[in-house]
Order: sequence, then structure tokens, then C-alpha cells
Amino acid sequence: MSYAGVTPSARSRAMVRESRHLLFTVAPGATWIVIFLVLPSAYLMGVAFMTNGPYGLPEMPLSLASFERLAGFGFLGWSPGNLYTLLRSLWQTLVSTGLVVLVAYPIAYYISTCREKWRPIMLLLVVVPSWTNQVIRTFGWMNLLAPGTPLSGLAEGLGLIPPNMGLYPSNFAVTLGLVYNFLPFMVLPLYAAFEKLDTAQVEAAQDLYASPVRAFWHAVFPQTLPGLLAGIVLVAIPAFGMYVIPELLGGGKGMMLGNLVANQFSGGANWPLGAAGAILMLIATFVGLFAMRRIGKRLGGGEEVVI
Amino acid sequence: MTDTLTLDSAEASRAADGATAEPAREASSIEMQGLHKRFGRDTVALAGVDLTIEAGEFFTLLGPSGCGKTTLLRILAGLEEADDGRLSIGGRDVTEVPPHKRSVNTVFQSYALFPHLSVRENLAFGLKMLGIAPREREARVARIAEFIQLGDLVDRRVDQLSGGQRQRIALARALVNEPDVLLLDEPLSALDAGLRSQLQVELLRVQKRLGMTFVFVTHDQDEAMVMSDRIAVLNGGVIQQVGPPREVYEHPANAFVARFMGHANLYPVSARDGDRLTTPLGVLSAEGAGQGELLLIRPETLDLLPGDQPGENRLPATVGERLYRGSHAEYRLEVGESTLQATVNNRGRRLPEVGDRVTVTVAPEDLVTLSE
Repeated sequence: MSYAGVTPSARSRAMVRESRHLLFTVAPGATWIVIFLVLPSAYLMGVAFMTNGPYGLPEMPLSLASFERLAGFGFLGWSPGNLYTLLRSLWQTLVSTGLVVLVAYPIAYYISTCREKWRPIMLLLVVVPSWTNQVIRTFGWMNLLAPGTPLSGLAEGLGLIPPNMGLYPSNFAVTLGLVYNFLPFMVLPLYAAFEKLDTAQVEAAQDLYASPVRAFWHAVFPQTLPGLLAGIVLVAIPAFGMYVIPELLGGGKGMMLGNLVANQFSGGANWPLGAAGAILMLIATFVGLFAMRRIGKRLGGGEEVVI
Repeated sequence: MTDTLTLDSAEASRAADGATAEPAREASSIEMQGLHKRFGRDTVALAGVDLTIEAGEFFTLLGPSGCGKTTLLRILAGLEEADDGRLSIGGRDVTEVPPHKRSVNTVFQSYALFPHLSVRENLAFGLKMLGIAPREREARVARIAEFIQLGDLVDRRVDQLSGGQRQRIALARALVNEPDVLLLDEPLSALDAGLRSQLQVELLRVQKRLGMTFVFVTHDQDEAMVMSDRIAVLNGGVIQQVGPPREVYEHPANAFVARFMGHANLYPVSARDGDRLTTPLGVLSAEGAGQGELLLIRPETLDLLPGDQPGENRLPATVGERLYRGSHAEYRLEVGESTLQATVNNRGRRLPEVGDRVTVTVAPEDLVTLSE
């Protein structure tokens, strides 16, 4: 907007009016963000640098004790427990995200090749399960994987697990739960990428002597990469901080970082340690996001991958 | 525009002299026998196409949308499989050969450049898939870039190119592989008129220099006539006529071809006495007009004389409508109950006005007849 040729007082009045409008439109959202994001985050940061009191509540003075605890240094010297939990979280995130990609990619492709009138219904079938409460669905898996169920019997018969152990609780059950839970979050962005796939590029690749496999890698895969990266972000970040699934399906040996943090705010009662764990999760998430952006920029070519 | 155009093409041919020391390998002929293609239950795209395209020919498939011309091109590329019939390229039966094993390259209507690759990588794509070593790849990309005069375009990103530039990259990406046959699917249809005629000139130059077989698909009869050695006019999945542009334009095989080439003056012949034909316009004498039941009078063969001047092949008419187009004028004339379209060159004579009485004359040798 230009105020050229307007008297100074009129100009300043217009500017005041404009900034007032701006204030009115932005204020509700800004207030919300400050109250529910900025302040709690600042509080969490503060708590992480405080001392653990006798009842698990944060006290002065400031210290780095909870970060030392998190790194494994306790009253009895160094123990690798927390490190294992971190590594387990990373590993579970990696494996489950990879499996989600492998399962979701063909599904998304298949839906995109179906007749137009069937596509919304098929997408709905993918999404509908996530409308049920996550806890209830996870309890469902407990029943399916418990000792004595057909699935556990099959695994026993194949010699994959010792007799009468059941598939749950185990790290395997957690991976399965994560894959099941996050599948729709990968299918939807991949489907969006497949739906606007430029088939002429695929034909051009074939025309330029690319075999079907190479045509896929050179003409289909790059086009779906933005959807794939978006899906990875949507799956990996919540999977990394997942609480419910490892809590219910993992047993004592399946704990992830989310459970570690949650325990410090409830039973274990060490708020500064929990806050330090939450900060660690945040840092790991930002590192992952940054890496994804770099990959997207490198491979995405024409289409910027916005995360 | 015209000045730069001639300058460009002059420079182009000079550059080309140096660039094509090594010509493309020997051109290939194409043989199609009884090609059929159907989509779903009801859509017939090709209903038995028999066609031979000579080696080194600039051949055009011309027809309205849905006539099967693009389907035919895609069958040549291997992107579509014929339900029935045989296809051989350069004497080799390729009916069941997949696209990546055919020495045929396509310039797609949408260009279909790979946006995630640089222009250079786009150009080298086919050579890379063929397993050509990187050094040779670079040399051939550089050679084609010089030949098509891409200049610094090769270092750009695909999304930085204009439509005309994309078109030329798409052409270069296909040509760099030196295929036996180059297929062009309406490659100029997305460009504006000026650029289009410039690229028509360039395409022709490329084809003549390389001596490669070009199969060109278009729905634009003017473009087809400018470019082609021969034209096949298709309708409803059937070839209506095959021939050089002049033959197709001046002696259309049937009413469809005549109308598609832009002729509207078609009149049923109700009686015939030697060379004298009775039509709704009156009795006209023709020379070597053939035995068809429809008389075709091309608008540009007509001449208008002022007032009533009766005589042989002279028809009294009234000017119903005039479209002044500078170099010429288009007339709609009323001859009795019929209308007749005429194109008259603007040669400085007075052009008749709407409502004028005029006499239409036509030379007997300019009349042709054809069948429905």
C-alpha cells in the first residue's frame, strides 16, 4: 500500500488504523500460542535446569544434575539404562517408519490407480481405524498377540518365539503397534503425490530406454518424494515420542523415551529429569527435521519440500 | 519477428554445417498392417490401419481430436499395444517389443521433461539408460546442444525455461539418441503463433539435415501442409487419405477430408452430361473432375466480376457477407438458394461490397468431384 500524496496526519492515521487491524486479527492466535506454547516451554526449560526436591518437584538452585542423570550418571555410578532407552526409541522410530513406508507405498499407489469413485471409500477404509481411541486399538493388539492366540501359536509353530511366551509383550509388538498406528499418516501424503503423478514423465523415461524398474526410480519415485518426506515427518516425530504403545505392548524391556519422560512426572517423580528428557526429545526432533529438509532439497529438485 | 526469424535460421544452418559432421544412422521405414485398438468396450481408436512410411520421410498424421492419430503414434512408440495387426520398423517386427527396447524417441505434447534433473541431465538421460560411457555422453550432449543452438540453456534448471525453450530441450533430448524414427505428438500446439512458425522452420531444417524419419501428429491442417512430405488424414480410426500435401488439399478423397482441409463449397451433382455437371448452383462444365457425386469448388479458384456478365461457368450472385483480411477478402455469396464461399486476393481492384450484384467465374480445370 502506498501513501504517497496524502497529508502527513492522514498518513499516520492510516498507519495507526492498519496496525490496529493487524493487532485485532493476530491477537487471538498470538495469545493462544503464548499461553499454551511459549510459556509452558519456557517453564519446562527452566525446570530442566533446577534441582530435584524431596517430593520430585523442582527446587532451587539451578544445576545440570538432571542432564547428568539423563546421561546415566546416578548415585551408583554410570548406568546405560537411559542410553538404551534413547537408542531403543531411535531404533523403533527408524524400523517402524521404514516398515510404514514399505506398506504404505503400494497401498497409496493402488488406491491412486482405482476408479475415481472408489478412491474416497478406500482412503476412508485406511483412515477409519484411527477414529477409534488409540488406547482401545492398542488393547486390541494385546488380545491378538497374547500367549495362546492364533498369531502367537503360529509364531511358536515357526519357532520364532519360545513356547507359551506370546508375541506380546515385546519390542516386536511395539514395532507392530507403531506401524499399524501410523499407517494412515503415510498413506495420505503418498496418495496425494501419486494422484498428481505426471504419467507423461514415466512414459518419457520408458521412451528413453529406461526399463520398468529404472523408469520407476527415475520418473515415479522422484515425483512421490515430497509426499514420502512429508509422511516420514508425520510418522517419525510422533513415533519417537510415543507413550501409549510401548507402555501397553512393550513391557519392561520395551520402554521408549516418551515413557521415561512420563514416568518422571508421575510415579518416579523427578520433574527436572522429565523436563531434561523432553528437551532431549525436542533436540532430536529438530535434528531429524533439519536432516529431512536437507534431503528434500537435494533430491526434491523442482519441488521444494516444505516441512 | 520475421527479420529475426530469417537471421536465426540462416545462422542455424551455418551452425548445423559444422555440427553434423556425423549424420544420424540410416533412416528407417515403418510398416503398419491391420492395426486395431479399442479402449474399454465402446471406444474404437483404430479400426484397421495399413500404412507404409518411407525412410527419411516427414510424415504427418492429421485429424480431429479422437481420430486415433495419437493412439497410432503411441503404438509406434510402444507406449500402447495394438489389439491386432503387425508393426515393423526398419524391417524388424516390433509389435511386441517394449518401448525401452525400440530405437524410437518421442517429443511429447507436454514435453515431459524431468523437473528434478538439470537440463543437461535431461539431455543425457536416454544415453545413460543405453549405457553410453560418461565421456561420450557429454560429447554427444554438447553436439546436440550446438546443433539445436541451446546455448546456455543446458546449464539451467527445467523450471527456469519458457515454453519454447522446453520444446527445444524436449526435441534435443529425443534427437541426441539418434533414433531410427522420431515421433512428435503435437509438439508445437502449446506455443504462440510467432514462436510456432519459427519452430516449424527449425523442425524442418533438423529433419532435412539429419535425414531421419519423422512422424508428426497434428490437428492443424496448415501446419501439416507446411511441414510434411506426405500426410495421412485420419477419422474414426480409419485412414481417409494418404498423399502429399498438395494432393490432399486439391484432390481430397472424400467429403470428410475436403471439410477438414477447410473446404466448405460442396454441392451434390444431380445430373451429369459428359463434362457438364448439374448442381444446385446451376450447370457447370468441368475438365477431368472425376466421377464423384459431390462437386468441390475451392474458394481461392473463384473470381468475382462486377455486375451481371452471363456466359460459360459464370454464375450470377449477391454478396451476403465480406470479411476483409488485408491481403485478401473472404466472401459469402448467394447463388439462387445456395451459398458459395470465395476468397479474393486484394490486388488493388475494387472489392465488391455487401449487397452488390456480382458474377462468379471458375475455370473448368479447377473443379473436382469426390464421393461422400
